Amino acid sequence: MTTPLHIGFIPLVDAAALIVAVDRGFAAAEGLDVTLIREVSWSNVRDKLNIGLFDAAHLLAPVAIASSLGLGHVKVPIAAPFNLGINGNAITVSAALHAAIMGEADGDPFDPMVTARALAHVVAARRKSGAEPLTFAMTFPFSTHNYQLRFWMAAGGVDPDEDVRLVVLPPPYMVDSLAGGHVDAFCVGAPWNSIAVDRGVGHILHFVSDILVHAAEKVLAVRQAWSEKNREVLASLIRAAFRAAEFIEQPDNRAEVARLLAQPDRIGVDAEVIQRTLDGRLKISPDGAIRTSHRYLLVGREGAGRPDPVQAAWLYAQMARWGQTQVSPEALKTAMAVFRPDLFDAALGLAAAADRSGSRSIGAFAGPAFDPDDITGYLRSFDVIRRAP
Amino acid sequence: MSAEQSPKIVIVDESPIRAAILEEGLREAGFTGVHHISEMQSLLARIYALDPDIILIDLENPSRDVLEQMFQVSRAVRRPIAMFVDHSDAASIQASVDAGVSAYIVDGFKKERIKAILDLCVSRFNAFAKLQDELDRTKSALEERKVIDRAKGILMKLKGLTEEEAYVLMRSTAMREKKKIGEIAQSILTASELLK
Repeated sequence: MTTPLHIGFIPLVDAAALIVAVDRGFAAAEGLDVTLIREVSWSNVRDKLNIGLFDAAHLLAPVAIASSLGLGHVKVPIAAPFNLGINGNAITVSAALHAAIMGEADGDPFDPMVTARALAHVVAARRKSGAEPLTFAMTFPFSTHNYQLRFWMAAGGVDPDEDVRLVVLPPPYMVDSLAGGHVDAFCVGAPWNSIAVDRGVGHILHFVSDILVHAAEKVLAVRQAWSEKNREVLASLIRAAFRAAEFIEQPDNRAEVARLLAQPDRIGVDAEVIQRTLDGRLKISPDGAIRTSHRYLLVGREGAGRPDPVQAAWLYAQMARWGQTQVSPEALKTAMAVFRPDLFDAALGLAAAADRSGSRSIGAFAGPAFDPDDITGYLRSFDVIRRAP
Repeated sequence: MSAEQSPKIVIVDESPIRAAILEEGLREAGFTGVHHISEMQSLLARIYALDPDIILIDLENPSRDVLEQMFQVSRAVRRPIAMFVDHSDAASIQASVDAGVSAYIVDGFKKERIKAILDLCVSRFNAFAKLQDELDRTKSALEERKVIDRAKGILMKLKGLTEEEAYVLMRSTAMREKKKIGEIAQSILTASELLK
């Protein structure tokens, strides 16, 4: 007896645990008959999950929170019992903007404070000369990409709403838009940064792990009501994703994983490009320069799979910082309750952690250490901030 | 507000045929201010230039996420919009997602008035899907016709049969093997390729 499940995903490398769970048999071993449905927009994934066309989905962590709070859309409480990826995004800039930033950079170009201050100089010079503001693309209003770009540039004194144009662009359009000069930079997940570099139109300026050491990116999302009615099925799904993530993290399996992910009905790009991101060994410049980081994308290792409510609180704080909502203790509680380490622990037969000892520091390069119990105080420490209307 | 008389509607769709079908339906229903955007580059700028009350977009379009930006408070956004989703109207949402269309309404437009527009979208989108389906079926029927004709020719030549006899032979084989005549014809073509 197998349980049929419909699960939506966006073709990105951080859907790996889900895709490998299905295509390498971990889901079947748990008695699940999963049909993966490739989607073209986060809006579609969210809506189809909300109305029950999908049982589960690969979802942007902030969308799961926004949906649970009813921000920007109809309110549907979501449960996120598994983290599909930690980090994994990068900021890619055009050759011209790269040259401009490097021309102003005073220090280590991999230090985001150095580049953010350099960006502030570039922005000021453009304004003085009457040039159009720079355009930065990201993937969704409620996205890690949006908050990571904002966090970075604001630390250098650039107001993301006043000093530049920050626009949403679907990931498959980003490389063409950069090549065509419609955008000057973007923040997106794998494989799109590498594709821009391979096409010779972009330089990877930062891995997001430069900005935040440990940042929840995509989650396995289900409707909270569904999670209550289908505890056993969900536990099976969590186990399948967990085993797949363990499989992916074995370096010997990477070539096979990359091949599975490269299939046309999955991510549909070259296996070699996918393997680069799994290995954290990326070509960052069209001249062939390679940068290696063991923090580029974490699928499963360092306990990446276990959802951490402190991460949800940090994302909620970003929504408040940028005027998408106002801070309220109830909403914060709701946001944190979206991330469900209890379901993760139960599925894997782990003893529940009594406190937040499992939390890893977010490790932001700027601002004070994040304290979920004092978001108002945390936000007060930033100069650039936007209030909800 | 003039929008109460004839709201300005923008259709975002890369399929010109589907957009035309929808536009025609809207005009027939008395909505005269209908515009079609098929080019996704600088989508928001195009939308702002038209300043619509309602935006309709197909769900196959990745640029749906671009529209979601209009919820965001930012300098780029002039009039906030809301997606036509209401807690009370699950059936409408289901129907529109099934049909593959989504509607956004700009702040200030009466929610009750969009129901009729959305119903129309759903029926036109479904009509288009049916049309597409029929077209696909006609195409494959034509393909099958060609395959059967070629298989008939091979049988006539190899076995010295008349056209009628060749057809009867294929049909009776298909019935005996519980297969479609097109499949039998295809096997004949494959076999004759192999035996060449």
